[in-house]
Amino acid sequence: MKTLRRALPAFVVGAVLLATWQGWVTTFDIPPFLVPSPLLVLKTLVNDWPVLGGALLVTLKVTFLSLLCAVVLGVAVAFAFVQSRWIESAFFPYAVLLQVTPIVAIAPLIIIWVQSPTLSLVICATIVAIFPVIANTTLGLRSVNPGLANLFRMHRASRWQTLIRLRVPSALPYFFGGLRIASGLALIGAVVAEFVAGTGGTGTGLAYQILQAGYQLNIPRMFAALALIAATGVLLFLLMGALSRWALGGWHESVLRPGEGSG
Amino acid sequence: MSVVEIRAAEKTYSNGVRALLPVDLTVGAGEFVTLLGPSGCGKSTLLNMVAGLLAPSAGSVRVADGQRVSFVFQEATLMPWARVADNVRLPLDLTGVGGEAASQRVNEALRLVGLEKFAQARPRELSGGMQMRASIARSLVTEPSLLLMDEPFGALDEITRNRLDDELLRLRRERNLTVLFVTHSIHEAVYLSDRVIVMAVRPGRVVDEIAVVPSVARSDAFRVSTEFAAIAKRLQDALLAASSHADEALA
Ligand SMILES: Nc1ncnc2c1ncn2[C@@H]1O[C@H](COP(=O)(O)OP(=O)(O)OP(=O)(O)O)[C@@H](O)[C@H]1O
Ligand SMILES: [Mg+2]
Repeated sequence: MKTLRRALPAFVVGAVLLATWQGWVTTFDIPPFLVPSPLLVLKTLVNDWPVLGGALLVTLKVTFLSLLCAVVLGVAVAFAFVQSRWIESAFFPYAVLLQVTPIVAIAPLIIIWVQSPTLSLVICATIVAIFPVIANTTLGLRSVNPGLANLFRMHRASRWQTLIRLRVPSALPYFFGGLRIASGLALIGAVVAEFVAGTGGTGTGLAYQILQAGYQLNIPRMFAALALIAATGVLLFLLMGALSRWALGGWHESVLRPGEGSG
Repeated sequence: MSVVEIRAAEKTYSNGVRALLPVDLTVGAGEFVTLLGPSGCGKSTLLNMVAGLLAPSAGSVRVADGQRVSFVFQEATLMPWARVADNVRLPLDLTGVGGEAASQRVNEALRLVGLEKFAQARPRELSGGMQMRASIARSLVTEPSLLLMDEPFGALDEITRNRLDDELLRLRRERNLTVLFVTHSIHEAVYLSDRVIVMAVRPGRVVDEIAVVPSVARSDAFRVSTEFAAIAKRLQDALLAASSHADEALA
């Protein structure tokens, strides 16, 4: 109920925008191959579902696989970084390098090198998504309350106990912040990489559908595929938010409602 | 037999701050010694050195072998993700005490500080004073023999504070605890201690040592007795003398 009420303003804005769009297209008789009306896009979405639904599944698969890879590899790298400053200063610049290299520039190479189209897309999207996981988790594992660290020292906690009972819980809020960014990036990476791959004739995801629809001037289908990508992004964001609320179980400021913060 | 032996221990922090000039202090078994002084005189620094969390820049700090040491920090320092009972249980978990025995000790410690109803609460749901009491419960759960307390009751209201003062003295008697206690409060120092170490600031140092009559029973009557007032006066004079010296030095 509360969630519904909080989401209401966003829905109202969306409805007003869509209605304005619809009114504009019908009033000025804009041809559908320039700008299709929202209702036409919806109709296309339903009619073309056999094609678009399959494409959505492919894009979702690549997105989730690459998000999984980014989380597993990113967390592993972060754990390695906090083991020693030396490892971090030796390898962190390369993590940054990975982050700042445009994926469209390296995707063609990866697509040539890796035979399996799905795998090559997953690699590209993982490269795009991994940096926030590495950076945030590393920061989190280091952000331990010094008083608690002293307490653990006084009770002669082992390295393992300190990691599991202190460092990991301290890192969770940071990790989930990184995860939220990474989930959006994984989707972007999956779509962008497929755009590059699509020109090479592989892939059947949403980006490929957009490309094809563009060649055929099937603008309503292009919009329908775009809407699916946008909806996926929003759902991913909400999903990660729910996951973070569940995991932080009402102890961390980020998941508390205003006015309920710690005193 | 001494439990803590501090020999000419001093501390200069890495940023050059002389937090503490050389200190000599011996705390005997079962003794209750209080460090009293203004903010910044190095009380926490000295306590941290005794706890082994901070190395002295020169001199030595020794704790007798076989002592079980517990530390109540100046801040509550609870794990925000863990429930109160789990916070209190932490030292037992770390040292491998488990099962029914651990639960029993946790419950007992919580009852002692009056938090048994909040065992399942999160720290953020407690007031500052309640968080501090949870932290005290955590320090008692290991049944320590040497208790280091850094202004543990500073955040509490007077009634609770007086009650916990009495609880602490009872505990000390029952378990023959050695206590090294830090406070700003002259009255608390007189009520609790066998001996008060008076400290001064800029630079942090020990300036005086005053024994408190041990023979008088601690009770509400003691708080308003003439002996109490006399010792409090002596402590206040010692603090004032130290601060006026500092002012002269500054002028
Ligand atoms: N980690 C640190 N690095 C540098 N200087 C420090 C550090 N900790 C404390 N100091 C300095 O050492 C001096 C003594 O600090 P300390 O915390 O021991 O005082 P205190 O007597 O406990 O004061 P309070 O009653 O306010 O807690 C202060 O001048 C402080 O600025
Ligand atoms: Mg202090």
